[in-house]
Amino acid sequence: MAGPKSKLGRKARTKQGPVPTLDEFRQGVLDPRKRAQQKNNDGESRKRKREDKGESLKNSRKENIVFEKAKADLFEVDEKVEKEENVAREDDFYVFGDEEDKFDIDEEEIENDNGNESEEVYDSEDENEQGRAMFSDDEGDQDMLDAANQQGLAKAFKDDSEDEEAVEAEGEADEFDADSDNEGEADEFDVNSDDEFGPGDEEDVEINVDSTITNVLPSGQEVETPSNVPPDIHISRTRIQEILNVLDDFGKYGEAGRSRSDYVAQLIADIANYYGYTEFLAGKLFELFSPREAIDFFEANEVPRPVTIRTNTLKTRRRNLAQALVNRGVNLKPIGNWTKVGLQIFDSQVPIGATPEYLAGHYIIQAASSFLPVIALAPQEKERVLDMAAAPGGKTTYISALMKNTGCVFANDANKARTKSLIANIHRLGCTNTVVCNYDAKDFPRVIGGFDRVLLDAPCSGTGVIAKDPSVKTSRNEKDFVDLPFLQKQLLLAAIDSIDANSKTGGYIVYSTCSVTVDENEAVVDYALRKRPDVKLVETGLEFGVPGFTSFRGKEFNHKLSLTRRYYPHTYNVDGFFVAKFKKMKAKEQKVNGTSTV
Amino acid sequence: MRPLTEDETKTVFEKLANYIGRNITHLINRPDDPHCFRLQKDRVYYVSERVMRFATSVGRVELMSLGICLGKFTKTGKFRLHITSLEILAQYARYKIWIKPNGEMSYLYGNNVLKAHVGKMSDDIPEHTGIIVFAMNDIPMGFGVTAKSTADARRLDPTGIVAFRQGDIGEYLREEDTLFT
Repeated sequence: MAGPKSKLGRKARTKQGPVPTLDEFRQGVLDPRKRAQQKNNDGESRKRKREDKGESLKNSRKENIVFEKAKADLFEVDEKVEKEENVAREDDFYVFGDEEDKFDIDEEEIENDNGNESEEVYDSEDENEQGRAMFSDDEGDQDMLDAANQQGLAKAFKDDSEDEEAVEAEGEADEFDADSDNEGEADEFDVNSDDEFGPGDEEDVEINVDSTITNVLPSGQEVETPSNVPPDIHISRTRIQEILNVLDDFGKYGEAGRSRSDYVAQLIADIANYYGYTEFLAGKLFELFSPREAIDFFEANEVPRPVTIRTNTLKTRRRNLAQALVNRGVNLKPIGNWTKVGLQIFDSQVPIGATPEYLAGHYIIQAASSFLPVIALAPQEKERVLDMAAAPGGKTTYISALMKNTGCVFANDANKARTKSLIANIHRLGCTNTVVCNYDAKDFPRVIGGFDRVLLDAPCSGTGVIAKDPSVKTSRNEKDFVDLPFLQKQLLLAAIDSIDANSKTGGYIVYSTCSVTVDENEAVVDYALRKRPDVKLVETGLEFGVPGFTSFRGKEFNHKLSLTRRYYPHTYNVDGFFVAKFKKMKAKEQKVNGTSTV
Repeated sequence: MRPLTEDETKTVFEKLANYIGRNITHLINRPDDPHCFRLQKDRVYYVSERVMRFATSVGRVELMSLGICLGKFTKTGKFRLHITSLEILAQYARYKIWIKPNGEMSYLYGNNVLKAHVGKMSDDIPEHTGIIVFAMNDIPMGFGVTAKSTADARRLDPTGIVAFRQGDIGEYLREEDTLFT
């Protein structure tokens, strides 16, 4: 157990100052369960003192301080993130082992729950297997399901422990003691608070709250807020920062007797609470990043992306368009060096979606991220191109523009209502080489095949565009991350089969999603590489972006997956996006490469 | 999708001739990239023959659009031009009216062309003839039919109507639900 002295030292280092945490924590203390705990540890007298304090004074003080702290947190940038990453993931992965050690006392109960939970998960897997009867050997999905199962189990454990804690917090002192004994926590708790009384030159109240925060900070399981009480986002906010500090150097700051996964679990719970995600989704997104980067990601999802437009090169040039819009009182600048057609809008005196230039089809409002798959596709003049999920037509019209209205673009969308906006945009932008059809994209090689290039911007969970559509935070569940990848795999195979391998200029497939999860991206691409040995990944031709994962939480993907590109809101200020580019090889190329198995 | 019948062709061409006159031959004779007219669910499309051949693979129910939609046949057998045909009309326009910047928004909201808003117009436009409306920077904005000949319009007072609006690009926003199936 860590000595009291060193503990104090650590606290002083990791906290921003004693006062804010005090005041923020006060809110939590007011909740009756917390107070009951407080009573156990600190005794009646101090509690009374605290309550005697003037309400209004404290409130105003608290607000100030919270604000200042939030500001400080905002500007806090850490460089150590990178090296931390691996450790964090490893720890996440072994979450079960640690948890089980912790809860010997309820081991049976947990194991029961565990059984139930896993049964449920297997159920869903069974359904899933039925659904995809058409694909017999489906290892990738098995992997993915295993991961999903693990997620489910981890969640089950978490819920379980939370319930347990709720009961404990409500219950009598003995129960609390029993729990503390079990966790080897009680001694430390007492010593700690005693020690804080030692200095004694601070105000009574502050000291009191300081001692409690020590327990909150190391994700003290017993201090966690019961789930039926309205969660306090200020506490969550503070605790997120505290835990981040601990995770930065776990060996130094980590509390003895607590594993890293405890901290991570608490951090995820706080993230879910503070940013309004379901805990499942928060966990899923969290595991993509190191802790610091994850917070950056969640923060970036709260900020809208800039409005961007794409010049329609069929009708005008970017310079002329910019001039025309500036004359209408629009403040804009080019997006970046990587695109010659994009403009970023800062502010505008006129509605940007109703100017005469817009109606005349000189530009289209399009997120910067959706330029990327088309740039990667690099359609050439006189080719035949298929856009499998085209509505509302931003990418289709871009393809058409790059081909200068030669060749032929098939724009398909499965949703008939959405083809309206697709047709409207195609006509407004003057794309004359298009055919719009309304098939399920899976029908595709059957309807017409032999394309030179295929763009598949697959339907996805939208975890990259949470800033645009916050409903994703709560609407996505585990089933989505089984069903969607399943659909995406089918679509990607259909896309590959629609390609003419002998195309002189093309033979390329681009797969993109506006999601950042591995299930919908690398796993799908890896699956396609295994199912279709005649395709290979090639460079996307995009100047920026993070390489895709080649391994993720125990799953190994094809090493070529480093050729794919990921985009995050917090790194490039574009929507979260994923782009992979395939080349379908001719029969003789396959033999040369020795990859042919047919 | 099918070619137009004799009658349908006649109706469509008569309508187009209102706006582009003899330039209609340029639509039909394009030796570099032959184009054709196709009917699909009441709508007439003007499309490159190459694209059209690919589109034959698509079923009648699933085919939503190809090339440029010129307009549709009404239930009574008349042909009505859609704003989507503006691309072609503007290219081969016979008579033109340019409107000043202060009249742009008024026109885009579906109002007729007033004398006060006319910046310039072609000479010798007869009465009740199809015209294409442009902004002063030569962006095509819509089409319509003159209320007065050019000569008469000169004597008109500022609030008088020079041309009746038949289609304008504001419809892309206003009519999105009905215009495209």
